[in-house]
Amino acid sequence: MGYGRDMRWLCGLLVLLVLAPPLLGNNYYLTVLTMCCLNAMIAVGLSLLVGHAGQISLGHAGFYGLAAYTTAALSTTLGVPVGLSMLAGVGVTSGVAALVGLPALKLKGHYLAMATLGFGVILSILFNETVAVTGGPSGFTGIPRLSLFGVEFTSDLSVYYFIIAILGLVVWLSFNILHSRVGRALRALHTSEKAAQAMGIDIARYKLFIFIVSAAFAGLAGVLYAHYLTFIAPASFGFLFSVQLIVMVVLGGMTSVPGSIVGAFFLTVLPEFLRAFESIEILLFGGILVLCMMYLPDGLAGGFHRLWRLLGRLVYVRHSGEDNG
Amino acid sequence: MAEPLLLCTDVGVRFGGLQALSGVDLVAGQGEITAVIGPNGAGKTTLINAISGMVAAERGTFRLGADDITLAPAHERSRLGLVRTFQNLEIFSNMTVLENVMTGCHARLRIGAWQSLLHTRASQAMEKTIRNEALEVLDFVGLFELAKYAAKDLPFGKQRLLELARALGARPRLLLLDEPAAGLNMSETQVLADLILRAREHFNLSIVLVEHDMDLVMRISDQVLVLCFGQAISRGTPAQVQRDPHVISAYLGDDED
Amino acid sequence: MDLPSLLQYLITGLTVGATYGLTALGFTIIFNTTGIINFAQGEFVMLGGMMSVFFMRALGLPEPAAIALAVAGTTLLGALVERLAIRPVRDCPPINLVIITIGVSILIRGAAMLLWGKDTFALPPFSGSAPLPFLGAALMPQTLWVLAISLLILAGLKTFFARSIHGKAMLACSFDPKAAALVGIGVDRMVLLSFMISALVGAVGGAILAPITLTSFDVGVMLGLKGFAACILGGLGNPFGAAAGGLILGVLESLGAGLISSAYKDALAFVILLVLLFVRPSGLFGQKDGKRV
Repeated sequence: MGYGRDMRWLCGLLVLLVLAPPLLGNNYYLTVLTMCCLNAMIAVGLSLLVGHAGQISLGHAGFYGLAAYTTAALSTTLGVPVGLSMLAGVGVTSGVAALVGLPALKLKGHYLAMATLGFGVILSILFNETVAVTGGPSGFTGIPRLSLFGVEFTSDLSVYYFIIAILGLVVWLSFNILHSRVGRALRALHTSEKAAQAMGIDIARYKLFIFIVSAAFAGLAGVLYAHYLTFIAPASFGFLFSVQLIVMVVLGGMTSVPGSIVGAFFLTVLPEFLRAFESIEILLFGGILVLCMMYLPDGLAGGFHRLWRLLGRLVYVRHSGEDNG
Repeated sequence: MAEPLLLCTDVGVRFGGLQALSGVDLVAGQGEITAVIGPNGAGKTTLINAISGMVAAERGTFRLGADDITLAPAHERSRLGLVRTFQNLEIFSNMTVLENVMTGCHARLRIGAWQSLLHTRASQAMEKTIRNEALEVLDFVGLFELAKYAAKDLPFGKQRLLELARALGARPRLLLLDEPAAGLNMSETQVLADLILRAREHFNLSIVLVEHDMDLVMRISDQVLVLCFGQAISRGTPAQVQRDPHVISAYLGDDED
Repeated sequence: MDLPSLLQYLITGLTVGATYGLTALGFTIIFNTTGIINFAQGEFVMLGGMMSVFFMRALGLPEPAAIALAVAGTTLLGALVERLAIRPVRDCPPINLVIITIGVSILIRGAAMLLWGKDTFALPPFSGSAPLPFLGAALMPQTLWVLAISLLILAGLKTFFARSIHGKAMLACSFDPKAAALVGIGVDRMVLLSFMISALVGAVGGAILAPITLTSFDVGVMLGLKGFAACILGGLGNPFGAAAGGLILGVLESLGAGLISSAYKDALAFVILLVLLFVRPSGLFGQKDGKRV
């Protein structure tokens, strides 16, 4: 649980991600890996909100899309510099999160799920219908590539490195939150709102804070996505993606930041992997999801943990056996 | 009587058609232990809830020292030094024992969320300080050795102590204890009584206590308020209350052996 | 707007709303026995329509027989889902079970796509398509079927819960599973039963709606969403609220489509839902959370 251990984990992750591209060789794999990192960014924020603070959101695909469309419209249609439009994208997303969160976070459990879901559906309809701004169902094309301070990231590899830097930042911030009084306040209001209030925690403020933070992380992923692919379409930001994001978090193990990253990678890679099976791809996807949830109730992180302990015990048994013999 | 710290005047609480409390006055003196007793359903816990801001009082005013807290929300009251425990334990089960008490210290850390977000020096230093303070409090209630354990794994009696420790971590001026001895056996109650008295000295506390255990109440309290059907029927020192015919007929009459 | 077209929108809204209500009832029944939201509920509705079409075309069955078979098949599937995917892991946290139902819904949708393709199908109306004039609006006979059958189901469920021993036992489970188990009610059996009834109600809804709105392998997603919205609107756990929520949602949507624009009809329904939730955080007919501190 220590801060130091989490930091070592983060460094390990970054080293792995930095070293990965040459090992992959092929550009297609790099695209998948980049998508993994973007989804991981959203999943990490969502795990803070859902796993730690216990507040569900079925609308995060909406925040992801809102940021993507904001930066796309500003940079492409209005010619705002990309760096600035990305900032605006994240800013607008956070602002909208604040406006929605203020009334919505008074709701509990399934009602909150419904409110965030409704919000997501409304945004997704707007992406589809405001054709003049978003290009409608056929998508928004010709978004400029990522560039900062006049320097354009010409290769996909350079964008990838920028994205893992941002992912690193997101994870670092998340660990900081979790290992501080803010993290304790979130976990406190998750278990008992009454006791949290009795300890002087302004629960409404903390719920809103973490809602905005998680929306901002989704927004960061959204703006990077838009300028990485240079094309966005409403289908990527629908209800089903919101559900998928929650699945990533739960599959990863709810309260574990590393777990939600693993969950995001797993769920992003799986369909690509299953593509080989063509028509039964979706059946396998559904089946694997059900089986994972049934046999790994504490998520992939919990599964790894148990496997690790089991291996440890096996080794230990062998050792003690040798000692006795 | 000592200088009043908590002054509740004419408190009324209504749940739908049910008048749970009406016209109750409560004065808790500085450094005193004030007990609220009464038969089941008398409105004791409702009074604690109204004082701590967890149910809205329909009428009445609340003052804590120089502050009028009538309109302050629950967390604000806690920040002003009015901290409570719960009858049904409300331990943070997803944390360690130490983290529970550190969460108790939450309100005393006046530091911006951005400091925590960026893991600044100030925030690290602050974390360290309250960690030590939390350990001291755990030591005080005798849970020091269990600091690293998951709070939910503690036996019931120890969880009660943990609730007390968490509240003490907030360094309250006034501590509200909602049936702290409920579910404890005789010897545990004994330990608790001593602990409450020691805590009063050590942390310079005033205490309001709702309790069913008459022995405990009579032993440690300075003032007693008796509620019956949402109204105050008697008040005074334990000895005075015990002799009050109203109380005997309403309450102690059935209870005395 | 003139009265007849207003009436027309109202009729359309009530018709669609009735099936939302049936879907919502399915959600409510499972929620009450298990505390989980069954994301596969929309797929049960889809199956009711799609299987009816399939049995009519492939087996050449007359429509009533095809529908009966489709409903029976979906009910059986509901039982299978409970036995294979829910019962083995009943003690997991609710969120895990919800995700399992999401997986199940993906499976069912995938299987339907493989079996029947991505085309849109229509089921013939039960008794012709000659509109009946009604106060200047046109009333399709199918509308009457939908309303009548929905009412029948609602009445049937009410009798079941109020009268039959199984119904009462299910209600007991919803109040307190532990206490129900103590008095000898087999909670497992009740959960199984709740999945079967939900599947049945959903399939009936799907079959009666299919002649009006057409059906395809992916209609379950939106219908599921609407059904969930209807139960939340009515107050989760309250069957009457669920049915009423469905009707309200259907009418809102239909009026939105007529008065504003059909592109935004879903958005409008959800905006109103959000506003209602912000004003009444536990739905229109929901109990206020009265837990003691």
